[in-house]
Amino acid sequence: MTLPTPGAATSPRARWRRLVASDLWHDFTRSPLPMLAAAIALLCLGGALFAPWLAPHDPFDLARLDLADSHLPPAWLADGRATYVLGTDDQGRDILSALLYGARISLTVGLCSVGLSVLMGVTAGLLAGFLGGVVDALLMRLCDVMLSFPPILVALFIDGVGRLLFPQARDLLAFAVLILALTLTDWVRYARMVRAATLVERHKEYVQAARLVGVSTWRLLRRHVLPNVLGPVLVLATIQVGQAIVTEATLSFLGVGVPPTNPSLGTLIRVGNDFLYAGEWWITLFPGIALVLIAMSVNLLGDWLRDALNPRLR
Amino acid sequence: MTGPLLEVRDLCVEFPTRHGALRALDGVSFDIAPGEILGIVGESGAGKSLAGAAIVGLLEPPGRVCGGRILFDGQRIDDLPPAAMRRLRGKQIGAIFQDPLTALDPLYSIGHQLVETLRTHLPLDAAQARERAIELLRRAGLPAAEARLGQYPHEFSGGMRQRVVIALALAGEPRLIIADEPTTALDVAVQAQVIQLLRGLTQESGASVMLITHDMGVIAETCDRVAVMYAGRVVEVGPVEAVIHHPAHPYTAALMASVPTLADAGGRLAQIEGALPRPDEIPAGCAFHPRCPKASQRCGQERPELALVLRTRAACWWPMVEGPAA
Amino acid sequence: MSARDAADGAGRADAGTAWVEARGLGRTFTLDTPWTDRLLRRTGARQVHAVDDVSFTIARGRTLALVGESGCGKSTLARLMVGLDVPTRGSAWLAGADVRATLGGAPDAARAMRRRMQMIFQDPFASLNPRWRIGDIVAEPLLEQGLILPAQAAERVAALLAAVGLRGADVRRFPHQFSGGQRQRISIARAISTRPEFLVCDEPTSSLDVSVQAQVLNLMVDLQRERALTCLFISHNLVVVRYVADDVGVMYLGRLVELAPKPEIFHAPRHPYTRMLLAAVPDPRARERPRAPVIGEMPDPLAPPAGCAFHPRCPHANARCRDERPALLPSGAVQVACHAVEEGRL
Repeated sequence: MTLPTPGAATSPRARWRRLVASDLWHDFTRSPLPMLAAAIALLCLGGALFAPWLAPHDPFDLARLDLADSHLPPAWLADGRATYVLGTDDQGRDILSALLYGARISLTVGLCSVGLSVLMGVTAGLLAGFLGGVVDALLMRLCDVMLSFPPILVALFIDGVGRLLFPQARDLLAFAVLILALTLTDWVRYARMVRAATLVERHKEYVQAARLVGVSTWRLLRRHVLPNVLGPVLVLATIQVGQAIVTEATLSFLGVGVPPTNPSLGTLIRVGNDFLYAGEWWITLFPGIALVLIAMSVNLLGDWLRDALNPRLR
Repeated sequence: MTGPLLEVRDLCVEFPTRHGALRALDGVSFDIAPGEILGIVGESGAGKSLAGAAIVGLLEPPGRVCGGRILFDGQRIDDLPPAAMRRLRGKQIGAIFQDPLTALDPLYSIGHQLVETLRTHLPLDAAQARERAIELLRRAGLPAAEARLGQYPHEFSGGMRQRVVIALALAGEPRLIIADEPTTALDVAVQAQVIQLLRGLTQESGASVMLITHDMGVIAETCDRVAVMYAGRVVEVGPVEAVIHHPAHPYTAALMASVPTLADAGGRLAQIEGALPRPDEIPAGCAFHPRCPKASQRCGQERPELALVLRTRAACWWPMVEGPAA
Repeated sequence: MSARDAADGAGRADAGTAWVEARGLGRTFTLDTPWTDRLLRRTGARQVHAVDDVSFTIARGRTLALVGESGCGKSTLARLMVGLDVPTRGSAWLAGADVRATLGGAPDAARAMRRRMQMIFQDPFASLNPRWRIGDIVAEPLLEQGLILPAQAAERVAALLAAVGLRGADVRRFPHQFSGGQRQRISIARAISTRPEFLVCDEPTSSLDVSVQAQVLNLMVDLQRERALTCLFISHNLVVVRYVADDVGVMYLGRLVELAPKPEIFHAPRHPYTRMLLAAVPDPRARERPRAPVIGEMPDPLAPPAGCAFHPRCPHANARCRDERPALLPSGAVQVACHAVEEGRL
């Protein structure tokens, strides 16, 4: 809740003007690497978001697939065709389109799992740090337990359980399982980080001043403590998106991730792997490059964000 | 030994920012004679710590010296390469900082740190250095010095830690000590002890001291001369007794008047209107003129230089020449 | 209890009721020792008596200053008086009601109690939420306690800022854009927003420059007079206290060693520690120097000396001082906890 002040501009234009005038923007526009990383990330995001409109073909429309078009190399090679810019795979799917749709899935899984992790982790960290005592001990022991499981193992486990319980809804469940697995293993680092920051903030005098006035614990946490502990979390989350995408790719590669009918980048890499030795390198290489680009650009952005935000967070 | 030990002439320090370079120190000049204790007094943001840092060569980048000269014993030291500066530091110029907790490495025992410092600057073997360390601690007023050699900084109280830091600073037998707010983090009662120690030890060794502080009381009882800083400039400099009791600059007078003491009636404290200017908003002409009751038009246009007024040198167009301030 | 009646007497110059009262307040902190230590080395649970049996009263409209060095428990005491902490013994009273009991009881009574108390903290950097605009910071107590509608907030905040010497246009700025002195003013604006009757000031000027300190102290004295506030002013600086206090209490290692009206403390200090504190005060304009040397340092609060806590540093200590803890007893208009004073040796 911010007080309206007479004369203060809150219109989007004024806000944009303030952003452009800020130190953060100034730093950003003078660092070539973060700008490049941001451009690539935006490109990937845009491509993934607008996949249905950008993709020249729909790779999942089984009716349109033509086996005759399969195994075509990229357009600039001898046997390539202009309509299939990056070539096709063994079923006649256009690689570029599959890539765009695949990126979509990868990014969705990445962002969802990180979003849920942050939600879980921050809540747990706030409660543990602020309330202390039994709550703190329980939550931290839970964290310790979670940390002993690698995500792949958790995914396999949940996948197995899911298959057992819901044998028919496997495809639908695959997404849920994947996101759940990634979330469950990732929330711990946010919880720890937020708990440490909360422990520091809770003794600060502005918290005492709010308690004195009668602010309830819940509102204290939400409105006073949370804004001050969120900074490092945002930075870590950005980097974790890249990590989650790679983990998802690994899981899909192992066959435990998204179903093959809706391939993510990882699935595409796995499928293409089989054809690598047949000389059809494009099926696995282009998804691989896309994966690397996304992960790297997000990582670089996260790195820069951490450095840029740090002194201003103090 | 003739001539001053330390000469600072027109020192300028600036911090480049995206809005242009900020002048944090603007034409600061003062001298320290051998064996003299010079106080540098001013409020937060006046630039006194920066002056000390610049002299010792410990300015934090992006801050840099952009003008003026610093001469130590007749030699220029502001343009020395880092290796030469490091040799000078500790051996010829010692430093005492404000927070004794961070000045000492918490992972090493006191004895280790003392011996290491001693052996770096003096040709001593381990046993001799140890003896010296015990002697230094004893002179610093720490009881049971020998037993304390093996203790760690966290086992000492604030006052004792500061004594150890003083002992460390004196270990290399420097000729000049820069003490940056050595008593600010200490209780009033302990402050008196530490100040006495500093004064005693430096008189013994004949070292000069540049004592940076915002506490006029400490200045009054320790220093021989004092320089008053405001907004990165020296506004008055002179013998301590003259500056405190017969200040010529209106800022000095106002500062003295706002210090709470036991002597006056205890009614209302005299206050200076306005606030210290930010480094990017320093007024033209005399930096103090917006807050000065005697300001004239000239004060807003021309910046005054230090000029002799009675017994002190003050940078003011209308110095107070008659009688003591309130 | 005679000590309490005597406390009543010394806490007021006129016959006002005890508006604010501390009755035998005690706060003990237990440090965590690992159970392995406790088992193997038989070290008991270590305790720090941060506040140890402190009693005083403040009449309505008067200011009591509590002075002591760091570690003497004055900040802990401040928090106990406003209910931010729970005493392990004794109680704090405001307007005839037990603070802690009321705050933990019926919501209406608790809200009424909260409205009467406010506090100003020491650290101007940590006492304002760095993520909030100062307009919101100052308005929070008013809105939280339902004293105004959100629509009225802007106007009230502007008035409060003006009362402490800040501009209305500052409302949208963040704390880091202000200097230390200005931040303390914002804290003061926040504290007086709910028109409290009891204000606790925990070293409000300790981190400020001398000239800024003068401004803030003057402001506080003016406000207190205008709004007839009852104040508890905590400080480590005896001299600053002279400008704001009516009565002064001196604390050492969690205990109250002297409690007297201001003129008595400064002209005729009784307790040896008070005398030592006064002698250690630096006065730039005093012609005679150096200051009287101070003996020793504050002992470790985990291992306070037996008997009188001050006896290892006291030039007048005798055998009784080593064994028996002195009680706060009246000596004229003053209360002192000292055997030497009681025995007439001082």
